[in-house]
Amino acid sequence: MSTIIEVKNLAVSFHTYGGEVQAVRGVSFSVPRGSTVAIVGESGCGKSVTAKAMMQLLSCPPAEYKGGEILFNGEDILQKTERQMERIRGNEMGMIFQDPMTSLNPTLTIGRQITEGMMKHRAFNGKEAKEEAIQLLHLVGIPQPEQRFDQYPHEFSGGMRQRVMIAISLACQPELLIADEPTTALDVTIQAQILQLLKKLQEEMGTSILLITHDLGVVAETCDYVVVMYAGVVVESGTAEEIFANAQHPYTKGLLQSIPRLDQQRAQALRPIIGSPPDLMDPSPGCPFYARCEQAMRICKNHHPTLEHVNGEHYSSCWLRHPMAQVVR
Amino acid sequence: MLNYIFKRLVWAVVTLWVVITITFLLMHSIPGNPFAKEGTMPEAVYNNLQQYYHLDEPLAVQYVIYLKQLAQFDFGPSLKSKTITVNDYIVNGFPVSLHLGIQALIIAVCFGLIFGVIASLNRNRWPDYLAMVLSIIGISVPSFILATFLINYVAVEWRLLPVATWESWSHTILPSISLAMMPMAYIARLMRSSMLEVLGQDYMYTAKAKGLSRHMVILQHAFRNALLPVVTVLGIITTNLVTGSFIIEKIFGIPGMGEMFVIGIFNRDYPVILGSTIFYAAILIFLVFLVDIAYTFIDPRIKITGEGE
Repeated sequence: MSTIIEVKNLAVSFHTYGGEVQAVRGVSFSVPRGSTVAIVGESGCGKSVTAKAMMQLLSCPPAEYKGGEILFNGEDILQKTERQMERIRGNEMGMIFQDPMTSLNPTLTIGRQITEGMMKHRAFNGKEAKEEAIQLLHLVGIPQPEQRFDQYPHEFSGGMRQRVMIAISLACQPELLIADEPTTALDVTIQAQILQLLKKLQEEMGTSILLITHDLGVVAETCDYVVVMYAGVVVESGTAEEIFANAQHPYTKGLLQSIPRLDQQRAQALRPIIGSPPDLMDPSPGCPFYARCEQAMRICKNHHPTLEHVNGEHYSSCWLRHPMAQVVR
Repeated sequence: MLNYIFKRLVWAVVTLWVVITITFLLMHSIPGNPFAKEGTMPEAVYNNLQQYYHLDEPLAVQYVIYLKQLAQFDFGPSLKSKTITVNDYIVNGFPVSLHLGIQALIIAVCFGLIFGVIASLNRNRWPDYLAMVLSIIGISVPSFILATFLINYVAVEWRLLPVATWESWSHTILPSISLAMMPMAYIARLMRSSMLEVLGQDYMYTAKAKGLSRHMVILQHAFRNALLPVVTVLGIITTNLVTGSFIIEKIFGIPGMGEMFVIGIFNRDYPVILGSTIFYAAILIFLVFLVDIAYTFIDPRIKITGEGE
């Protein structure tokens, strides 16, 4: 299976008044063609920055690409000019944003917002674009698409708006869809509908999906591969089954333990991961999870563990994997 | 929509009536009267004049007489000029003030928006600083100082344009620029902050992620959303401009409405004061109404329904 996009050692920093924030510090992963890959992690771990970097959407300054490459169909996105990026954005890569309430322009009809990408990339005239857009609206499950075409975002509910967002991102049938927390702002029933819709569209159009989320429930439901990020680095990655059944990294284990379970005893409290993520203004040279890790060892403080092969496509970055670890303990 | 317009019309009449009443009372509470200063006037002539203009009647009676007159769209005679009525003043002066005002408005809006947009797109870089320094100067330098500078350099030293009076189009350039400076600076500042807010919105990312070019993103997605706060103040700015700035009209010797208003106040020329105030108020009310209608075209979320919600 070929990969559609491969991120190699990506590093992104933000320049702020307080100093340089190293939001992403060497992230590598790849998305096999036709599959769904999830990037999981808590707020501020660099997921969204990674996603935006993949389309060169970060405004520089304050952002700065410090290194690495993003190979999309073999070509490095970070080397492309703005003009070249315009041809890729929306056309070969689509993006869905987190909050459908604020991600649509309130003063333009949704029809206009769906068709403008098509008219640019696919050279459609107004009539063709309208027909295509109505089909898309139908496809994403919006009833009465002909009437809805001329309506404004405020006339849609949150779930419907996210469907419109999906229609916009799919307008040019991109090969890769980046969904940046597409269900975070929606209530649970709508979340399930949107995820099903994405799954259905993926089957019909063969799109590869990169799903950014902090919701492991969403991951379990939809994804083939999982990349767990923490403090701007990848701590563990592998197939969804491996990650859920055989998590190696204490952070991944912590995440899994902090989800409420149906078969849990009532009296049993949830087990959160104590503490908060490290300051990325001045990251330590050691493992970023050191301060919160229950199994931290001396070596973790000053030496960053490398991403080690576990089995199959499963990798984990933790000193506990080291043969000496058992001896030390 | 029709229902709404009718409702606004009724309120406009009520507002006007309040304006008339307050102006009438304030005007009559100023000490002195139109003929008192002319000391050499014989007693009998003074009494005759007072009687002729109903100034000897009680205030309430004068008020009723004035309202009756006004109902026929007659602002009455000027007390100081034997032949010209207030209506004549307005008919003669307003087109001039309107011409000047519209020219100034066009300058203010066009350049204000352009400067505002440029500043916001180059935030914290030199074009931003330049535009904002210019707008601070525009806001803080009074128009009469700017006008004197322009006359001194452009007209007197370099002899590019006429110094004063109101004849050909070239006569209108300097007063228009002097008048436009302050609203232009104000619009530029407003547009800059409004654009900055819109540029930070999530839907700007959406537009960019569609692969639209930068100027498409800015023109089609940012500009229209940023325009709304500017439209809000446009009604008031327009009123100020078209009803005439008496300072600019005085400096350039322009026969507009502004000058007539000031002379009217000096002379206690009651009908002139009332007439021009009412005229000003009516235009303001009308323009604010236009602005409200304009909202609905710019922002589809604002709907006019006529119900009181």
